[in-house]
Amino acid sequence: MSAGSVQAATVTTPDVARAARAPWRSPLALVGLTIIVGWLVLAVLAPWAAPSDPLAQDAAILQAPSGAHWFGTDELGRDVLSRVVHGARISLPLAFVLVAASTLIGSVVGAVAGFFGRWVDSVAMRLADLVFAFPGIILALAIAAALGPQLRNAVIAVVIVSWPGYARLVRSLVLAARTSQYVVSSRLLGASGLRTLFVDVRPNIAGPVLVMSALDIGNAVLLLSGLSFLGLGAQPPTPEWGAMVAAGSQNFDRWWVGLFPGLAILTVVLAFNFVGDTLRDVLDPRTARALRE
Amino acid sequence: MTGATPVPAAEPTLLELTGVAVEYGRRGARVRAVDGVDLTVAAGEVVGLVGESGCGKSSLGRAAVGLEPLAAGSARFLGEPVTTIGRGARPGRLRRLQMVFQDPYSSLNPRRTVGDLVADGVTLGGGSRAEGRTRAAALLERVGLPASATGAYPHEFSGGQLQRIAIARTLAADPLCFVADEPISALDASAQATVANLLSGLVRDSGIGLLLVSHDLSVVRQVADRVAVMYLGRVVEVGTTEQVWSRPQHPYTQALVAAIPRPDGGGVLPADLPGDVPDPADPPSGCRFHPRCPIVEDSCRTTDPRPETVAGRQVACVVRAAPAARADA
Repeated sequence: MSAGSVQAATVTTPDVARAARAPWRSPLALVGLTIIVGWLVLAVLAPWAAPSDPLAQDAAILQAPSGAHWFGTDELGRDVLSRVVHGARISLPLAFVLVAASTLIGSVVGAVAGFFGRWVDSVAMRLADLVFAFPGIILALAIAAALGPQLRNAVIAVVIVSWPGYARLVRSLVLAARTSQYVVSSRLLGASGLRTLFVDVRPNIAGPVLVMSALDIGNAVLLLSGLSFLGLGAQPPTPEWGAMVAAGSQNFDRWWVGLFPGLAILTVVLAFNFVGDTLRDVLDPRTARALRE
Repeated sequence: MTGATPVPAAEPTLLELTGVAVEYGRRGARVRAVDGVDLTVAAGEVVGLVGESGCGKSSLGRAAVGLEPLAAGSARFLGEPVTTIGRGARPGRLRRLQMVFQDPYSSLNPRRTVGDLVADGVTLGGGSRAEGRTRAAALLERVGLPASATGAYPHEFSGGQLQRIAIARTLAADPLCFVADEPISALDASAQATVANLLSGLVRDSGIGLLLVSHDLSVVRQVADRVAVMYLGRVVEVGTTEQVWSRPQHPYTQALVAAIPRPDGGGVLPADLPGDVPDPADPPSGCRFHPRCPIVEDSCRTTDPRPETVAGRQVACVVRAAPAARADA
């Protein structure tokens, strides 16, 4: 009741600062973040960091790793290390774009469904159910195959497969928030339903959606490489990790051709999952306290 | 105690509920939570609405501000109908009819600053942001919080402080009348007194009309000018606080008043009401109280009592009304 408690209270950190500090309190997230930053730096600096042109076929084919070619060379005599480094320039930006697009589409559809209810809700959710009825990779395969094997079409396929998850999440959060007392009290003060959706509901559902996106980036990398592995994504000679693993599988006795791009996928997916898990813990009030103290 | 004198008739009626019914559930399994209630709230008046859990008092409060659609009857604020909240913005005139909720932890958005929340009351009415900020600081001081609280988030305050912030927020819309749904029952004892005093102070100083929904009879007795007692969706007795407390007429009110613990330890629980509250989906025939009533007569099982004037207040009881009717004849 005293003024003192309010004074003391005003020094507490806002959520953003807390989230920014969190990695230092959980080593797993720190590892994940380090790996991600490492890959991002490599992707940006690829033209300088890679020892040679990823497309140049000027070395002997299928050479084992050596001082000249750390990761060896592939079936066309290209330097595997250079191709793996350049692969980061494809997988990472596309994964971000892909997740951003599915988050955006899913959130809009989910918010509209939750806000308007009735038949709009039914139509949107049945559409989502339709997508959910298929295993993600199978549906993505079918769509990518129908659109034609191209990296761009693979991205579209993955977006089509992954938006319903966001739509469901956002819809359920909007439905829960719509009847909450803070929304009702804003409505009584004269706010329209749409205004409360942006002013009152959005900040409260941004956390869970962000966590889902972060956890999904790893998944997106995996799906996209999966499609490329099956020949439905990146086409030769693009240095894409999934396509490179596919090349390695045809030369399975030359382990270095497939192993290094595979490790690249593994580390990126793992790193994003570490970060996403920690983000979830930080934004969940039930576990956040433990991390803060 | 403000309950001793009846409110002068000169005070304008702000909120007028006529035959209000509220239903829940889908067709086939509908429950009438409120069934034909008449109630008015005048300026500068505190009307206490009491009754046990499930009697429909909160539903009535919500319906009065337009949060529940009316199945029958009408709710009027300043003579114009209270429209149920839809998807769009509430009509501006209804902004002066507000509500304070039971749980201040959930009625304030945890992700927005207290200043923004309180300023909403001004900006949603068309005021500028600057006006909102000035007003928010002033209102927070009025409810006993430092103006510096504007920058803080709700989780930084105690329950009592939060409820005062919630009240400041509704005050920012310049309400003429508000419904408070159990505004203090979620708070600890010291905060209860502060908030109850704040509410009665607002009514006294600003002439606001207040419909106080509460199961806490001692608080209602302290604050209310008039009391309405609800049982199973009906108002069984309405009168001034003094009348209802010292000479309750309806047998249910009598049982309720007798059950209040007294400070001298003489808290009596004499009027044992047999059985539980019946299922509102399947109310008893005739008078809804008759299966538990100590003075039940044959006619109670068939006659649905309407409110009649008994000893200067409205009572819905066939037995109590009978002598009055005889006296009139």
